[in-house]
Amino acid sequence: MEAYINLFVKSIFIENMIFAYFLGMCSYLAVSKTVKTAVGLGFAVIFVLAITVPINFLLDTYLLKPGALAWLGADYASIDLSFLSFIMFIAVIASMVQLVEMIVEKFAPALYGALGIFLPLIAVNCAILGGSLFMQQKDFGGVLESGVYGLGSGIGWFLAIIAIAAIREKITYSNVPAPLKGLGITFIITGLMAIGFMSFMGIKL
Amino acid sequence: MKQKNTPVQKPSLFFVNKDKEALFSKKNRALLSDPMDDNNPITVQVLGICSALAITVQLKPAIVMSISVLVVMAASNVIISLLRNLIPNRIRIIVQLVVVAAMVVLVDQVLKAFAYDVYKELSIFIGLIITNCIVMGRLEAFALANTPWKSFLDGIGNAAGYGFILIVVAFFRELLGSGKLFGYQVVPDALYAMGYENNGLMLLSPMALITVGLFIWVQRSRNRKLIEKN
Repeated sequence: MEAYINLFVKSIFIENMIFAYFLGMCSYLAVSKTVKTAVGLGFAVIFVLAITVPINFLLDTYLLKPGALAWLGADYASIDLSFLSFIMFIAVIASMVQLVEMIVEKFAPALYGALGIFLPLIAVNCAILGGSLFMQQKDFGGVLESGVYGLGSGIGWFLAIIAIAAIREKITYSNVPAPLKGLGITFIITGLMAIGFMSFMGIKL
Repeated sequence: MKQKNTPVQKPSLFFVNKDKEALFSKKNRALLSDPMDDNNPITVQVLGICSALAITVQLKPAIVMSISVLVVMAASNVIISLLRNLIPNRIRIIVQLVVVAAMVVLVDQVLKAFAYDVYKELSIFIGLIITNCIVMGRLEAFALANTPWKSFLDGIGNAAGYGFILIVVAFFRELLGSGKLFGYQVVPDALYAMGYENNGLMLLSPMALITVGLFIWVQRSRNRKLIEKN
């Protein structure tokens, strides 16, 4: 139990998708103009990450890893399909995103309108594929562990985008040098926030 | 009376010359040069930021990454542009992802075979070219509506604009952070003897963001029409 809590906290704060690895920066910068849309996109990312990472974990363990096909019989034990992992992972992610899109369109049409083009683009949000690829690298022990990791990274991403959206809402009232307005100042603020998040690195879990 | 001259059809190369546009007409050259400054994918279109920040500690991985993106973008732009009339609109994203993923697997395997140390260094970021918004963004915005040759130029141009930023950022980070370029020391020992120290902060990831921010500042001060309203 303790191990799961550790992993959860670690994936939210210490290995934050945005501030430690810069994953999912494109939509992070593009959709963070108001808090409301940021919340919507954040929830969509949490949902998709928490589902795709465990599914891809199962795929990895029973199909792709070297020796993963051993359950088919001894003849198959030597097969290594790991070069297929990019295509498999991205196919799972794309279909999950399609599903989320349909659900949001049905139950929250206002949110669907607000998120516009960015909903289908979750499929190409690096944070989602990054979560699965990190999962593959980290060699998790079980479905639950990878699920906790997916959920934690999603929440970390959610927190980051809410924070920057709130700051950007405030900063419209500040006197920023004209060439830095918009994108430039957002980059610099994110950099400063990332330096802040580095203080979590000292925590031993 | 003379007969009306019928325009002589030149044999079209790679179905480029259909509308009799020169291979490197002004418009086509703009496709190559615009992304370097006015329409830079990173600083203006805000595409492909993730990898641009994560692998710019040193020049060598940054250059390898730029070349990989260049290959993937040029190839997938041409393929999607050839298929553009065959792809049903509703499933286009999945088709695009599969094409891009196939290209990335090729690059991944080639790097693994011929440049293993860089491959290790780039780790998951080669795989993340699939979801690099730059590739998808240009496929959506350009290759789906244009001929293969134009898409090819657009791919090369945007990848070059992306690589340009990567190399500039990596240059400053490696120079100021470790006093080296391509792994060779360039800051003279005499300077260290006088008390100069490498700025370790430049090696940390947040400084990549701030370097790009400063780059944007410089670019937009020079080119004031890029300034945003708020």
